[in-house]
Amino acid sequence: MADRSPPEEGNISLIDNTLVVDISDALSEKDKVKFTVHTRTTLKNFQKSDFLVVRQHEEFIWLHDRYEEDLKYAGYIIPPPPPRPNFDASREKLQRLGEGEGTMTKEEFTKMKQELEAEYLATFKKTVAMHEVFLTRLASHLIFREDPHLHVFLEYDQDLCARPKGKLQQLGGLVKSFGTTTDQYYLNATVRDVNDFFEQQMNSLTEYHGQLKDATLKTDKMTEKHKELADSFIKISGGLVTLATTDNTPLDKFLSKVADIFEKARKIESRVASDQDLKLADTLRYYMRDSHAARALLVRRLKCLATYENANRTLEKARHKNKDIHAAETAQSTACEQFESISAQAKEELLDFKTRRLHAFRKSLIELAELEIKHARTQQDLLKKSIQGLKELL
Amino acid sequence: MAEPVEPPPYFDDVDINNDDNEPEDLFVSAIQYPPEKKLDNNGTIDELLNGESDLVGKLKISDSREELENVPINNGSNIVDSLEQEEIEGGDDFLEINITEPQKVGDGMGAYMAYRVTTKTNMRIFKRREFVVTRRFSDFLGLHDKLTEKYLKVGRIIPPAPEKSVIGMTKIKMSSQETNGTNGSDFVERRRAALERYLKRTAQHPVLVVDPDFREFLESDIELPKATSTSALSGAGVLRLFNKVGETMNKITYKMDETDPWFEETLTHVEALETQLRKLHANVEAMVTYRKELANLTNGVSRSAALLSSCEDHNSLSRALSQLADTEEKVESLHLDQANTDFFILCELLKDYLGLLGAVRDAFHERTKLFQHWQHSQQMLAKKREIKAKMEFTNRTDKLDQAGTEVIEWEAKVERGQENFDKISQMIKREMERFEKCRIHDFKMIFIKYLENHLDHQGQLVQYWEAFLPEAKAIA
Repeated sequence: MADRSPPEEGNISLIDNTLVVDISDALSEKDKVKFTVHTRTTLKNFQKSDFLVVRQHEEFIWLHDRYEEDLKYAGYIIPPPPPRPNFDASREKLQRLGEGEGTMTKEEFTKMKQELEAEYLATFKKTVAMHEVFLTRLASHLIFREDPHLHVFLEYDQDLCARPKGKLQQLGGLVKSFGTTTDQYYLNATVRDVNDFFEQQMNSLTEYHGQLKDATLKTDKMTEKHKELADSFIKISGGLVTLATTDNTPLDKFLSKVADIFEKARKIESRVASDQDLKLADTLRYYMRDSHAARALLVRRLKCLATYENANRTLEKARHKNKDIHAAETAQSTACEQFESISAQAKEELLDFKTRRLHAFRKSLIELAELEIKHARTQQDLLKKSIQGLKELL
Repeated sequence: MAEPVEPPPYFDDVDINNDDNEPEDLFVSAIQYPPEKKLDNNGTIDELLNGESDLVGKLKISDSREELENVPINNGSNIVDSLEQEEIEGGDDFLEINITEPQKVGDGMGAYMAYRVTTKTNMRIFKRREFVVTRRFSDFLGLHDKLTEKYLKVGRIIPPAPEKSVIGMTKIKMSSQETNGTNGSDFVERRRAALERYLKRTAQHPVLVVDPDFREFLESDIELPKATSTSALSGAGVLRLFNKVGETMNKITYKMDETDPWFEETLTHVEALETQLRKLHANVEAMVTYRKELANLTNGVSRSAALLSSCEDHNSLSRALSQLADTEEKVESLHLDQANTDFFILCELLKDYLGLLGAVRDAFHERTKLFQHWQHSQQMLAKKREIKAKMEFTNRTDKLDQAGTEVIEWEAKVERGQENFDKISQMIKREMERFEKCRIHDFKMIFIKYLENHLDHQGQLVQYWEAFLPEAKAIA
């Protein structure tokens, strides 16, 4: 059953080594991250077959925008841009930990700090992975990989002037995105879709995207709380250790054993939290972005339809007035052609989106269940053995 | 306020009066009654049953050493027995107390919760093998007050009754009969469990369990007289508050010269234990909160998975997502179960022991008070002797006689003071030994029970996800 779904992007790059891109290194500097993008290729229009460049997040966005602008790609789902690196949450937690240093023992503090560092590292790795996925999807795509902007991005060893984005430009971006959303509403309200399939797809994708967004948010909250719960075991374990040292009765051995159980259980619970994040939340998150990209395609198609209808009207007017008929006719036929091709392409892309999504969800849900089972079993074993050990101390 | 030279005024108020009446009851009476009337657990019950009313006084006699030794503190190590089984340790005696069916009685501010107290026992001191009574919260407090009044001054560690909670109870009172099930049911269950543990702890004590007031509480069909003094706002409550303030002042200001290093060590130990337990308790409470929040958030995930499933147009994926929603819902209730385990087993254990350590400190404080008495009597004796000597010196025979009797009087008081002090010291040591054994046992049992509960939870978790796995695999 699974065989029918197309191989993942990663698999393609293994078989097809025309253009292979990965991020070989990343460096966090103050509030920016520098990604080292590594390319291997057999394509002739690159000067070398193996090269490295250093890129920043803004350049990835620049590249994404070039694809989105280009009419050539209007019929394709353009891979969603990677999210902005954001370590604020980790930093804030670290700061809060520093403030609460006095309330815990040194050991507890060290453990909390280790947890936060691990969390920071995980976020960092995730950020890198998201940027890499964006590039590999472009590089493995038969059409996208021919784009000259991509080639510049991969090869040009200087800054692409896209980077220094001041506040003003960010504001500009906001206005722009605001513009596009109102655009969409306007289109939805004015253009009557001729095709039921697309109209229905548009509606369901909009709803789907909304639900994915909600699910991602909820799952994030859940995993975060789970992590917090796991971290709360640190203080309990620590408290039991101090209690054991205070208590010079036969309880001391018993209590230190219990403390040990909490410490081990903590590690398992924290793995549960991070696996839920990796398998469930991240899948939902990626498809939230991907469904947004798919929706953007439908919006582009709707725009095309609007142009086409305008062309029709102009042609009619021209015929009525008997003036400029020829120009209007050509304009109308190009618009028609463009709309037809975009529609055909979009249908295929939507199908592709579905299989891709199906495959990804299948994989991560299976992995989620397997990991949940694994962790629960590990904890079961731990508890079973520990209880036995404790009973021996009775 | 307290002047170190003269014994503090409240000291006189609170204690000296007692000194004149009650200790005589307690200690002297022990000698007066013939030994064959002494009670022990398996003792001559028929006689007891008939003579119930005069026994009330005599029962205090059982408060003696033999009694303690008759009922050895449990060291049986069979874990299989649940904790409930071990209130009456050693021998074949058992006493099982359960509290069920909390019910709201009345309406408005006069409303209260009534609890069904079921006792099963084979102790022959009880009239029947099984009996049920209905009691309200203030009855429990009244029982505790009675026991404290009787036994605290001889140095017994009296298990503390659950705290009053004005807020929780007001909520119950405000809630109408219909919504009673949900509103504040958490509070009621919490209190029910606390009351049950309180009775069990009291029953665990070899002396308290046979106390007539305790037995009356468990057995008597008639409603107990309302214990007005337990109400926080009653006159007695206010008076008690004043006494408490006075005692606290006394505790702070009075530092006795410790003659027995055991007490010093034990007190430091108890204090250290209290500090650690308090910290641990706060941390466990935090864990309970996290767990509850997690359950709540898991519910959010379950719901949004269900919504996502409804707008997913692919059949098998939609099905898998709805199964995921089901699974997360089960996980949610599992988290709640875990939170309950954390709370009712672990958190409440720690809280109970914080209260019990308070009771230990109370017993220690009683000893300090007796020491103060004794010291006071000694000072008085010295004064009286001085007066007597002065009289002799000035040869005032008219007052010499009176001075002489006063000296004798105070000599007796000193002697009694010392005797009381020695007795309470002995008693506290024995009580502490028992308390520590119970504590060690309790902690071990509770932690094992706690972990066993979590073991079950993990087993369930495995089941839930194993049931989900084929659904994920069926996505095609």
